Amino acid sequence: MRASGKRTLLLAAFAFAAAPAAAQTSQFEQYQKMVGEDSPAELFVLVGADLWRKKQGPKNASLERCDLGKGPGVVKGAYAALPRYFADANQVMDAESRILYCMETLQGRSRKEALKRPFGNADKPSEMEYLDAFVASQSDGFKMTPGMSHPQEKRAYELGKALFFARTGLYDFSCASCHGEPGKRIRMSDLPVLSEPGPARAAMSTWPAYRVSNSQMKTMQWRVNNCYRQMRTPQPVWGSEVVNSMIMYLTVNAKGAVYAGPGTKR
Amino acid sequence: MDEARRVVLRSAGATGVLAAALAAGLLKPERALAASWNKAAFDSKSAVDALKNIGAANPQETGEIVIEAPQIAENGAVVPIEVTSKLPGTTSLAVLIEKNPFPLASQFRFMDGALPFVKVNVKMGESSIVRVVAEAGGKYYTATKEVKVTIGGCGG
Amino acid sequence: MAGPMKARARMQGNYADVRVLMSHPMETGQRKGRDGKPIPKHFIQNLAVKLNGKTVIEGECSQAVSRNPVFSFRIGGAKPGDKIEISWLDNKGETNKTETAVA
Repeated sequence: MRASGKRTLLLAAFAFAAAPAAAQTSQFEQYQKMVGEDSPAELFVLVGADLWRKKQGPKNASLERCDLGKGPGVVKGAYAALPRYFADANQVMDAESRILYCMETLQGRSRKEALKRPFGNADKPSEMEYLDAFVASQSDGFKMTPGMSHPQEKRAYELGKALFFARTGLYDFSCASCHGEPGKRIRMSDLPVLSEPGPARAAMSTWPAYRVSNSQMKTMQWRVNNCYRQMRTPQPVWGSEVVNSMIMYLTVNAKGAVYAGPGTKR
Repeated sequence: MDEARRVVLRSAGATGVLAAALAAGLLKPERALAASWNKAAFDSKSAVDALKNIGAANPQETGEIVIEAPQIAENGAVVPIEVTSKLPGTTSLAVLIEKNPFPLASQFRFMDGALPFVKVNVKMGESSIVRVVAEAGGKYYTATKEVKVTIGGCGG
Repeated sequence: MAGPMKARARMQGNYADVRVLMSHPMETGQRKGRDGKPIPKHFIQNLAVKLNGKTVIEGECSQAVSRNPVFSFRIGGAKPGDKIEISWLDNKGETNKTETAVA
C-alpha cells in the first residue's frame, strides 16, 4: 500500500474542503472569527428589526405580516428556506424580492418607490440592506433548504447554472472564470469555487454580509449585480429572473449548510 | 447634551470651579470637551510620547494583561482587539497601535464593578505592535502583541 | 444627525456582557473626498457607560477606532433588568445615546 499515505492525504483534503467552514481554512481564519464576533452587522440587524415593525406606506402597515414562505408573520427560519416559488407572485423569489413584494402588497408602496435605492452606501445604508440583515439573522442556525420541487424552482436552478458558466461581456468572462476552479484569488482573498458544495456552503451561509473594507452591509442582490459589473456586462435588473436564478443556483449548491449570517467579510 | 457634558466633566476630574463656570455659561461645551479628551496623548506621534502623555512613561512589563488579537488581519480597517487585565485593582486600560500615525487609539477607565475588559475594533495602517497599558494601584503595567496587516486600513 | 445606535446586555455568570454598536464615520482626516480635498476629522472622542444611572466606564477614543464602532464591556454586580445606558460625544460636539436592560 505505497499509495495509502497519499490517499489519506487526499481524503483528508477532500473532507476539509467539503466541510461547511471550507472558506475559513485560509490564514485569516482567526481574523474572520474575531471580526465576526463583534461586528457592526449586528447594528444592521437591530435597526432592521425596528424597520420591520415600522408602519409606513399608503396602507400605514408594518411588514410583520409578511409571508416569507413559512406563513404570514413567520420570520424564524424563513431566510434559510429561500429562494422558493411563491404561488401568489407566480415566480421564484429570493429574500429581498420577497421583502419588496411585502412592501408592495402590505404597505401599498409602488415598486418604483420601494426600489428607488436598493443599494446604499457607507453614509446612508438602504432600507433593504437593514431589512435583509434582520430577516437573515432570524435564520441563524437553520439548515439551508432552498425550494427544489416546483417546476419553476427547477427551472430557476437550471437557468442559474447555465448563466454561471456562460461567457459574456467585453472580457468574455463567466462567473466560473473566477469561481469555477480552486486556488484563485483577488489580492489576498481566496475566491470560493461556487459550483462545489463545500465552498458554496461557506459563502452562501454568510451572506448578506458587512464588508469591513467599505463599511457597508451587502446583500445577495448586490453581490450578483456587482459580479456582473466586474465582468463588464450591462447591469442586471434588481430582482430579475437572471439575478434570482443565479441566487437559486448558488443556494442549491450550498443546500444543507447551517445558515450563520449575516456575516462579516474583509 | 446634559449627559454628555456631565461625562465630560467627570472625565476631566472637574473641580467645583470648572463646574460652576460651565453652569454659569462661562465655558462653552467645546472647551470642556477639549479638557476631557487627552489631546496631548492622542496627538502624540510616537508611542513613547503617548505613554508619557497618559502618565505612563515607564510601564512595567507584565504577563497579567491578556491581549487577544488576530496574528494576521485581512483588512486593517477593522482589527478586533480584546483586552483583559488580571492585575488586581486595575482602573484603566489604554490601547496603542505603535506604527499608526497617532499611536494612542483609546483609553478606558473602570469604576464600581466594571471589569477591566474591553473589546474594540481599530484601524491599523500597517503591521504593528499593539501595546496595552494598564493602571493598577497607581502603577502602570504593559504587554504587547504583534499584528500583521495585509491591507492597511487608514486610507479608508 | 447621529445615525442609529444600539446596545444589548446579557448576564454571563456574575457579570453583564454589554455590547454597544454605533453608526459613525470615524473619519481620520487622512482621506480625500471626490473633490480631492481632505475629508475633515470626524470621530467619537468620549464614551460613557452607566449602570442604573451611575457611570461605570468612561472611554476616550482617537480616530483610529474603526468606522461604525463596536465595543464590548463587562459589568460586574449587574442583575437581570438593570438599566445600561451608553452615550458618546464626538469632536464636532454631536452626541447620541442608547439604553438597554440586562437580559
